[in-house]
Amino acid sequence: MFNDSNKKQIEGRRRFDFYLHLLFVAATSLAVLVLLVLIIDIVIQGAHMLKPHFFTNFPSRNPHEAGLLSAIVGTAYFVLIMAPLSFILGVGAAIYLEEYARKNKLRSFIQLNISTLAGIPSIVYGILGLALFVRGLGIEQLALGRSVLAGALTMTLLVLPIIIVAAQEAIRAVPGTLRNASFALGATKWQTVQRTVLPSAIPGILTGIILALSRAIGETAPLVMIGALTFVNFLPNDVFDQFTVIPIQIFNWVSRPQQAFHDLAAAGIIVLLTLLILMNISAVLLRNKYQRKG
Amino acid sequence: MVQGRDIFKNKRVFILDKIMPVLLFLCATVSVLTTVGIIWTLLGETIVFFKLINPIEFFTGTKWAPLIEPKAFGVLPLINGTLMITFIACLVAMPIGLASAIYLSEYAPLRVRKIVKPILEVLAGVPTIVYGYFALTFVTPLLQTFIPGLGLFNALSAGIVVGIMIIPMISSLSEDAMMAVPKALRDGAYALGATRLEVALKIVVPAALSGIIASFVLAFSRAIGETMAVTVAAGATPKMTLNPMESIQTMTAYIVQVSLGDTPHGSVEYGTIFAVGMTLFVITFLLNIFAQYISRRFREEY
Repeated sequence: MFNDSNKKQIEGRRRFDFYLHLLFVAATSLAVLVLLVLIIDIVIQGAHMLKPHFFTNFPSRNPHEAGLLSAIVGTAYFVLIMAPLSFILGVGAAIYLEEYARKNKLRSFIQLNISTLAGIPSIVYGILGLALFVRGLGIEQLALGRSVLAGALTMTLLVLPIIIVAAQEAIRAVPGTLRNASFALGATKWQTVQRTVLPSAIPGILTGIILALSRAIGETAPLVMIGALTFVNFLPNDVFDQFTVIPIQIFNWVSRPQQAFHDLAAAGIIVLLTLLILMNISAVLLRNKYQRKG
Repeated sequence: MVQGRDIFKNKRVFILDKIMPVLLFLCATVSVLTTVGIIWTLLGETIVFFKLINPIEFFTGTKWAPLIEPKAFGVLPLINGTLMITFIACLVAMPIGLASAIYLSEYAPLRVRKIVKPILEVLAGVPTIVYGYFALTFVTPLLQTFIPGLGLFNALSAGIVVGIMIIPMISSLSEDAMMAVPKALRDGAYALGATRLEVALKIVVPAALSGIIASFVLAFSRAIGETMAVTVAAGATPKMTLNPMESIQTMTAYIVQVSLGDTPHGSVEYGTIFAVGMTLFVITFLLNIFAQYISRRFREEY
């Protein structure tokens, strides 16, 4: 059987396996640990700023009176504009690609285009938004100015690739037998899509949209490009008004040297992260419900 | 027989069935129009800019000072800053990301995977401005205790934080590639007496290499385009330096700096946004195409 040198060789390989196992565990725990440290740091810095007036006051030069009201309202405007718009455009594109498009060059071109768009830095979308929506390509009647609408439209373009891909996956997961059953009953293509495919894909689609919106809510760079004001002490009256959103307000506070404003930024981050975690939880709950049904 | 009302109903069904594909196709073209729009706006303003500033000066100049006299329009300091941040980020993220991918795919019990994967997803979902805050108020002071004389704004702190940001991307994409390696290959190696480490490093990683490299390239491209963390933590002083302790400026941070100020439309300073943006777009676009090419061309089929 095994002699001593064989045993030693095997032991050495096992020991090597053991040490690298530890190393891999350490690397993974490091990533988890960083998240923990980040959250603890932010809570320690910002928790004492989370007073009721923080939610009802406008930004102010006095850090102890400053609040997040205009930013929260701005973010709410964003969600209200983006949700329906990105739903229609994203799901529409996904239905076309999955149900209608023939597997030809046009389809693979659109598909390649979507996956490339998903990798373009967000600030480049900001440049597009500045030229296309804020300035209306130089045509005065089309220019939206530095408005809520211009910002929300830019963000819609930014998250569209994410939504299309998620919706495509949800639609692809609908079994073909359901479609065949619908056709067998004499339904047209659109009737089948509308009454059979969409209802059974909708939980997956909604999960994708919630996750995409949570990405948009935390996005800062494109809105800085659009020129979202950092000092907004009023609420927008309509979608053509100037605005600020939570991450922009955080950016504004972080950029100031005083410690009190950094604490305000931390408080703003607590609000933002809570919002994002709530959205993520609802997305996960939706996904689980969907998986159990399927 | 079909009654009057039913004819109307059928007609509506018929018309909808004809119209919807067209409307849906229009939705799909929005993404193509977005790309066209990006290229068109960037290209248009960049051409105007290059009529005022010599492209050779732009791409080879080593001084970047478009907002202060004497003006200089050499983009290299911005590219230098961007690459330094990206390099530091990759040094942090590639080993950690790959190690945790190997752990999750080859070692971790299902229960651990179920806990760790969502945590990594949360790490990926944290907005970049939050990482900027973290770099400025936590990482930099922490580094200052080790490195005396480290300035408030430095490339090192921003680079580390960008690295943390791209760990989940590398780890989850690499893990997907490793999970796609068929179990039979692993079983074959185990049957020959290989340890788990040997299976991971000699069987799984080589078989998933195209996916792993693609994840590296995508993370690299993501680090180049990262904006808010470097704007907040790396400073606003474009310079040709290789010293990570110094304050620098990246391409993205420059674009933010200009758009925060009051730069008149049509001026040379305004044009710099588009010229720098175009450079950024071309670099990330090529990297993304390259990543897709790698993962398709070098994929091992089993």
